[in-house]
Amino acid sequence: KITRENSKAKSFASPLLWANDIFCSKSTGISWNSLAALCWIHRAKMDTNLVEMFRAGLNWVTMALDAPSARVVLFGVRIQWHIFVEVLLGFVIVILLSQKSYKPPKRPLTEQEIDELCDEWVPEPLIPPITEDMRHEPPVLESAAGPHTTVNGKDVVNFASANYLGLIGHEKLLESCTSALEKYGVGSCGPRGFYGTIDVHLDCETRISKFLSTPDTILYSYGLSTMFSTIPCFCKKGDIIVADEGVHWGIQNGLQLSRSTIVYFKHNDMDSLRSTLEKIMTKNKRSKNLRRYIVAEAVYQNSGQIAPLDEIVKLKEKYKFRVILDESNSFGVLGRSGRGLAEHHGVPIEKIDVVTAAMGHALATEGGFCTGNARIIDYQRLSSSGYVFSASLPPYLASAAITAIDVIDQNPELLVKMKQHIALLWKGLKDIKGMSLASDPESPIVFLKLENSSGSTKEDLLLLEKMADRALKEDSLLVVSSKKSFLDKCRLPVGIKLLVSAGHSESDLVKVSESLKRLASELLL
Amino acid sequence: MITIPYLTAVSTYFSYGLLFAFGQLRDYSRRIFDWWSTNNLHGYAPICLAHEDFYIRRLYHRIQDCFGRPISSAPDAWVDVVERRTTKSTRCLNLGSYNYLGFGSYDEYCTPLVIDSLKKFSPSTCSSRVDAGTTSVHAELEECVAKYVGKPAAIVTGMGYATNSAIIPVLIGKGGLIISDSLNHTSIVNGARGSGATIRVFQHNTPAHLERVLKEQIAEGQPRTHRPWKKIIVVVEGIYSMEGEICQLPEIVSICKKYKAYVYLDEAHSIGAIGKTGRGVCELLGVDTADVDIMMGTFTKSFGSCGGYIAGSKDLIQYLKYHCPAHLYATSISTPSAQQIISAIKVILGEDGSNRGAQKLARIRENSNFFRAELQKMGFEVLGDNDSPVMPIMLYNPAKIPAFSRECLRENVAVVVVGFPATPLLLARARICISASHSREDLIKALQVISKAGDLTGIKYFPAAPKKQEEVKDTIKLD
Repeated sequence: KITRENSKAKSFASPLLWANDIFCSKSTGISWNSLAALCWIHRAKMDTNLVEMFRAGLNWVTMALDAPSARVVLFGVRIQWHIFVEVLLGFVIVILLSQKSYKPPKRPLTEQEIDELCDEWVPEPLIPPITEDMRHEPPVLESAAGPHTTVNGKDVVNFASANYLGLIGHEKLLESCTSALEKYGVGSCGPRGFYGTIDVHLDCETRISKFLSTPDTILYSYGLSTMFSTIPCFCKKGDIIVADEGVHWGIQNGLQLSRSTIVYFKHNDMDSLRSTLEKIMTKNKRSKNLRRYIVAEAVYQNSGQIAPLDEIVKLKEKYKFRVILDESNSFGVLGRSGRGLAEHHGVPIEKIDVVTAAMGHALATEGGFCTGNARIIDYQRLSSSGYVFSASLPPYLASAAITAIDVIDQNPELLVKMKQHIALLWKGLKDIKGMSLASDPESPIVFLKLENSSGSTKEDLLLLEKMADRALKEDSLLVVSSKKSFLDKCRLPVGIKLLVSAGHSESDLVKVSESLKRLASELLL
Repeated sequence: MITIPYLTAVSTYFSYGLLFAFGQLRDYSRRIFDWWSTNNLHGYAPICLAHEDFYIRRLYHRIQDCFGRPISSAPDAWVDVVERRTTKSTRCLNLGSYNYLGFGSYDEYCTPLVIDSLKKFSPSTCSSRVDAGTTSVHAELEECVAKYVGKPAAIVTGMGYATNSAIIPVLIGKGGLIISDSLNHTSIVNGARGSGATIRVFQHNTPAHLERVLKEQIAEGQPRTHRPWKKIIVVVEGIYSMEGEICQLPEIVSICKKYKAYVYLDEAHSIGAIGKTGRGVCELLGVDTADVDIMMGTFTKSFGSCGGYIAGSKDLIQYLKYHCPAHLYATSISTPSAQQIISAIKVILGEDGSNRGAQKLARIRENSNFFRAELQKMGFEVLGDNDSPVMPIMLYNPAKIPAFSRECLRENVAVVVVGFPATPLLLARARICISASHSREDLIKALQVISKAGDLTGIKYFPAAPKKQEEVKDTIKLD
């Protein structure tokens, strides 16, 4: 223990000795607050005398301050004067902490300011100004949209209707529609839940199920609404959907409405799909209640490619995803008897979880349907918004669908003829300049991709529109040039689409090949 | 404003609680039962979790025979309702179909013209409107609709629901504001969600609250950034299908003009059904059609066909034709349906050479007012304004929903009952839709049957008049 006598001799000793001295000696009772002052003083080189005088003075102060509390004993412990200082300081700290921090006062807008803001606000016009290219008028047909139709009094070859089996104008269809119209009138006047279910709807659903050998089917009243009602029914927030980047707007809208996480893979590229699925499965912990879907089209409307269903099914079984397939352009077209992509690839249809299709293509009627196992279809009858909150399909269109399926069943030669026509058209368009055939050789949508894009989609679309207009005016041919809405997020290349029908004649196909070759060489080079 | 008697509210809550408890008990025992059987999911996630469709499995399935009843004839005033699991059908009075002007079945003027156009044009064009789907009938239809509604131009799509879903995203996007009535239809809600704009709701049919919301929103600007809104669209309906109320259009239009917001009017139920010449709520309330920026409607209800339209200025329609996905990608409306609409409009306007149209309009107005007055005299709680052909009768209690429906069917009257989730939980109702093809005898028979069923189920909440009704004591108000 260092005593006072020792340290006196070492008056220039380090502050530590000094501090030790202070705290070890109980007689002075000097606290930490004094320590700082003392250290500071001691650091200045002082005379021994001065130090001694100072210490004597300090001793005196301590005695004086100790005097009042010299006799205070609380709980058997003698209270020293530094306690009072500490308690006072403690109070000050508590008061400062409990003060509210300074916040600038909230001043809500006054009535007058709100009125001024409302007067000043200028909204955008409802629509942007109309440009010239927006005023383009489509051709107006004056007869049925079959393989030959009438526009402006002239006979025109029609490659713009998805009438793949030539059922437009078929007498059996017209007969069944006429009898349905006479019995039921035109509309069904109600949604399916409120007396809008007519027996033809139930018959149509049974007929489709029988045709595709699936347990159950549900009918929708509009082709486009089929997909954007089915997808939000099964996919909710938090689920994962892997979709092809080339799907059409109906599917994109359904994906957006479902609010799930959407990952796109490269158009019809199975390697890209495989790597995307790998990434998803390694990234996310395998939550038991997380639903995973793959969305694809059988024959893509935007490019005419056919999805390789056997590979998709292999991937789906490996990674435990469910498949939602849109068979609008393949129902009645692909497969030996027209039963769609599953028959085409030899895959049992039970492996596809949800199959949807619009009937406005091969079946030459309107509306759509969805097929799958009984539980899935049952669920849609109460949760699918396009089914519950909308009027049902007009009964004559449902009876047209039944008749169309009967015709397909009884006339398989229609499919053979259509396939022959596609092959002929491919032969004719093989060496067209400036465009290349980008669709699958077996798909009924023959897509001619524009080879040298000018860089801006708008310019390309205008050029294609000019080409289609000239085809109509000069050669009396109706072809489809790609159209894009600004809401459509698909970025596939644009081009000319030809929809081949079993009702076309060989001369029609030759004519369209010649005409397109001529126009392509004139306009695109 | 619906006032529900105190005792009824308590008993309704109790009923739902009981049903809920029973449902949970059954679910629990099912889970115990399934413990022993194997799961057939094989590693896939279940499509639907137990709590997501609890309501459907345990409450709806008990009474599902009241919904989705199949019919085997045209949805006219008298309809053949099929008995399930048999091929028998019973002829019932149809109070459920939206057949306001009686065009839902064979019509002597319209149907021959429709059959002609079917033979000429086929049921479908298999093509979208911009490719090869526009026929001369479609062009005529759009002109006809525009003239009828009172706007310069119109565009027609094949389904009313898809019209809303496809048009609203084209008109407004991120940075815009949609203010919609709290009881708007699902198609409007879906279209608004799909557009990406911010959505705010104002109290049902209350122009004062709309003004407050508008002022607040314009002053605040976009959320978080407080930039001014790009544009504001206020969406209202002509007749609200679950309330039967007519929208207070003159006040709403004046407020929107003052604050420079655009008005979108959905006349799904009101076009063809109200107004002196059937031109909808604008004609009835005396609003100039030039003040309403976008008028939308469907053809399913009053014209006996299918499809929807949007009417507006020529520039607006041209812009929509260029960008609307339903116009560019979807198959065009079926040509015979289009012809039906044209013929129906001609009949309504009297251009077919007879005065059947005027007769139909007068008859539906008479029928609606007579039926509503009689029901109120009997003591039922009937919602809706005068002249509106939609009248909901309040049921409240979940047990009364199937009781009323089955009792009426036993007496050969087909009614529609609606419960949760189409209506709020406590406010289940039966909805009557009057048609111009109902005769006075039909209505009297319906009144007798409904009165009898009402006595049995105890839904005559108000005292039977002859004197003016007084409010029942101890009521709690519910919106």
